Amino acid sequence: MTQAFRIENGGLINRDKKLSFKFNGKTYLGYEGDSLASALLANGVHLVGRSFKYHRPRGFFGAGVDEPYAVVQLYRNGETEPNIKATEQELFEGLEAKSVNCWPSVNFDIGAINNFLKIFLPAGFYYKTFMWPKSFWYRIYEPFIRKAAGLGVASTKHDKERYEHKYEYCDLLIAGSGPSGLAGAYAAAKNGAKVILAEDKSRFGGSLLTSDVNIGNQSGQDWAEGIIAELKTMPNVVVKNRSQIFGYYDHNMLVMSEKVSDHLPATKKYHPNKRLWYIRAKEVLISSGSIERPIVFGNNDTPGVMLSSAAKEYLKVYGVLVGIKPLVFTNNDSGYETAIEFKKHGVDTVVLDSRKNPESEIIDEAKSLGINIKNSYVVVAAQGYKKVKSADIASISEDKKKLGKIENIECDCICVSGFWTPTIHLASQSGNKTKFKEEIDAFVPGQSKQNEITLGSANGVFSLEETLKTSFKTGSELSKKITKKDNEIAIPNVVEKKSSQHDKFWCVPLPKGKNYKRFLDFQNDVAVSDVEIALREGYRSIEHVKRYTTLGMATDQGKTSNLNGLQLVSEIENKVVPAVGHTTFRPPYTPVSIGAIVGREVGKQSKPTRKSPMHSWHEKNNAVFVDAGVWLRPRYYRRGNENLFEASKREAKNVRTNVGVCDVTTLGKIDVKGPDAAELLNRVYTNAWLKLPVGKARYGVMLREDGIVMDDGTTTRISENHYHMTTTTAQAANVLSHLEYYLQLVWPELNVNVVSTTEQWAGAAIAGPKSRDLLQKLFPKLDVSNEGLPFMGYMEGDLSGVKARIFRISFSGELAYEVNVESDYGNFMWEKIMEVGEEFNIQPYGTEALSTLRIEMGHVAGSELDGRTIPFDNALEGLVSKKKDFIGKRSLQRSAFIAEDRQRIVGVVPLDKQTSIPEGSHLVKDDKAPLPNPKLGHISASCWSVEYDNPFSLAILKDGKNMIGQKLFAMSPLKNKVIPVEIVSSHYVDPKGERVRS
Amino acid sequence: MLYINCPHCGMRSQNEFSYGGDASVKRPELNKEVSDQEWDNFVYNRKSLRGKHLELWQHISGCRQWIKVERDTATHEIFRTFKADEEVA
Repeated sequence: MTQAFRIENGGLINRDKKLSFKFNGKTYLGYEGDSLASALLANGVHLVGRSFKYHRPRGFFGAGVDEPYAVVQLYRNGETEPNIKATEQELFEGLEAKSVNCWPSVNFDIGAINNFLKIFLPAGFYYKTFMWPKSFWYRIYEPFIRKAAGLGVASTKHDKERYEHKYEYCDLLIAGSGPSGLAGAYAAAKNGAKVILAEDKSRFGGSLLTSDVNIGNQSGQDWAEGIIAELKTMPNVVVKNRSQIFGYYDHNMLVMSEKVSDHLPATKKYHPNKRLWYIRAKEVLISSGSIERPIVFGNNDTPGVMLSSAAKEYLKVYGVLVGIKPLVFTNNDSGYETAIEFKKHGVDTVVLDSRKNPESEIIDEAKSLGINIKNSYVVVAAQGYKKVKSADIASISEDKKKLGKIENIECDCICVSGFWTPTIHLASQSGNKTKFKEEIDAFVPGQSKQNEITLGSANGVFSLEETLKTSFKTGSELSKKITKKDNEIAIPNVVEKKSSQHDKFWCVPLPKGKNYKRFLDFQNDVAVSDVEIALREGYRSIEHVKRYTTLGMATDQGKTSNLNGLQLVSEIENKVVPAVGHTTFRPPYTPVSIGAIVGREVGKQSKPTRKSPMHSWHEKNNAVFVDAGVWLRPRYYRRGNENLFEASKREAKNVRTNVGVCDVTTLGKIDVKGPDAAELLNRVYTNAWLKLPVGKARYGVMLREDGIVMDDGTTTRISENHYHMTTTTAQAANVLSHLEYYLQLVWPELNVNVVSTTEQWAGAAIAGPKSRDLLQKLFPKLDVSNEGLPFMGYMEGDLSGVKARIFRISFSGELAYEVNVESDYGNFMWEKIMEVGEEFNIQPYGTEALSTLRIEMGHVAGSELDGRTIPFDNALEGLVSKKKDFIGKRSLQRSAFIAEDRQRIVGVVPLDKQTSIPEGSHLVKDDKAPLPNPKLGHISASCWSVEYDNPFSLAILKDGKNMIGQKLFAMSPLKNKVIPVEIVSSHYVDPKGERVRS
Repeated sequence: MLYINCPHCGMRSQNEFSYGGDASVKRPELNKEVSDQEWDNFVYNRKSLRGKHLELWQHISGCRQWIKVERDTATHEIFRTFKADEEVA
């Protein structure tokens, strides 16, 4: 393919390097340095998509971040990404892209029938139409709307790319590398400030790349290059291109998305695709420039109608002619600059200027070049369907109400300029109170809320000379305050052409008898008529008009449409624009990949993974792991072809008959030390702690102030002023914070220190009737008899030279011990236990068997201590001291907590002794009762009792105390089960607790 | 993201802290008779202030100290921060 619309020379592209790419299946050629948009235009491709609602043909409207149309689906290195602006995507070898929002193809799109039925799709159409009949919504309306809407398809595959997050701090952050950004950054850098300069495009320089100016003795572009080159050599400066600052958050925190690899055919090894920067800046200079705004006229969405600044950029930066018979339609001098640029390359234009008699240096130059200028003329409508073929033009009266005779002139593109809109998004996001500036018909930043200053055209200043002067000064003054250095910089001379006042004109009236669509929002297909409907139907607030019509709500955030929409509302309402106000700007300024936001926290990396010191042993011995909070714990150890059910049953049974060992390293452990340690425990736990002797452990329950159980565990008095507290795995962090809260804020007079020792100790629970024999062999010198080490006793021992702590505590309800050694010896301890235990038929057991054992014993755990239960509900009221006060005690007097029929833990057995009851099932009296069937309780935990060889569950049941022996139904609509059950005691096995004391 | 001046560690980002609610709430003394109303006020009843608010934060990923922060709930402006035992004048 030839690049028919590429000029011979010029532009900033690298003509030595040709790149081939595919669009909608067809292969084209472009150059290195092209954007996808410029490369397509060089090949004469103007039709790139279909509009959102009417599926009208759409081309290119802008050349950068403001582009509302050219959103494509990108294919790169086996991945696909939707919502890519062709104007922002740099070309690379092998790039593939497709149009979105069209079917079957962009040239023949069935959805375009909406265009001819458009009378049916006015503002609010969806709200009004899809309300009835209700049953139609899921089956008909929603699938239809879903298929019709959307801007591309997200990949369903795992994303192979990597995304990084980075935190950075700086003195000055500068958003945008146009003249104001460069001057501000340079001045600050010279004063030694730590500067970050961010540019969203690949090339630095902003407007200097396309304007015809001189700074010092060089062209604006050369000056920019020189400044950037110098900044890059300075150690206190970070210069970033392809980096968009998209959000301005509280306390001067800004977030920037750096596209590290999107311009390459594939991401380099060890490189991320994108990097998200969280930047805390002392001062922020916003030099985000301005975006040209369109003038509204009939069929102004036809491919070939584009911003005049975009046409100039395609020509000057990319060497591409967007047309060979251009028509320029302008209300200010910018249109002339585009016409002059065309003329320099031998292309004649016709300029329509809505102004009657404008005079300026730029216009003089255009005249001297012989450009055809028609004053007081406007474009009434573009003609052509998939591409502009001609334009209906007419003269316009001074009051801009009456059109003259319509003439038709041939053209292949219409370059439109309705003056410039400052990009105030970042300032507004930071909380700046923006104000309306009459001279430029646009909002500019006003009173700053945070440390931000907006410079240059983003601040409504369009003179280069003034921009440079203020920017150098601002950069210098702000940095001086921080670094206390003051290196004077000579401000260079500026040669620029003076321009004249623009025309306050933004919308061409409809000619008599014509009903052209005049679009305001090009991406969401919102036309003048839609806003008129909204106002006619009573919408007044601009926020409501926006939501009803969707004006400015597309992915381009209305960058080209907001102000014209405001002008229309203010005109109809007979108000001035500032009284109408603008809608709120919210981050992100441009769409940001979800991948970049998520960063490295994907899959297994979404939270830390903690492993016990015995992890590798578990792995080698066929453990199947389960996530327990951030820990990985063995769920069961598979033998042969066993499944979870078989393995856990075997493991639990072996604990009941021989001896088992379980890794309990994950339990939270807190060292409590100090003369007032006992007093603290006495206030934190519901039971009494002051008289616990050294060498003894006690089970305790702690409450929140609202009386709800927070956690449980055993705490052991290691020495006079030293206690070893254990918490559940899940609550470990919360309990530590809880203790710190009371020690630091409520009772600072208590002389106690708390510190987490969870990671310092490895723990093994040895449980089963043969556990004492095993323990004796592990510690031959100790007296571990029932008298020497009674239930809830503690002693220290020597495990083949390793110091060990031995607790006689039990979670399984069997005779059991817990041995702790310092973490580094964990694996040694474990292997020793397995080795010595062989003669007692020891087997390791996982969390599934652990649950089975505790459930059939009626021991409560996280599924009962679920943040909704008090001690009574868990049959723990025996541990609630009547004598002393403790955290949450007063709440236990609340009427609901002492109600006669208060919920309480019970055991549940299915009548058939066969059917397992799904956890979460509701207990009801009558399984046939009409819905909503009154719920009496819920199943909190279920297991297969190895003691009785039938299913057994725990439940929290209303009036549970008086329900033993009752027959109820366990219903699980999720699992579609109704199971007749009998309520029994929660202590299903060994109700008197004889085994633990044996 | 807020930028909080921990009186022990200096300026740190909000993601190092966890929020702890109204700092002006005082726990009733232990072993003291407390009416239902007083207890409810301590446990549940909070004003949802717009404007200056003294609140607790814990520097959970830092020095683990509970601190008091005077913050405007509408603008997020932080005026002053205090150590747990510092009197707020």
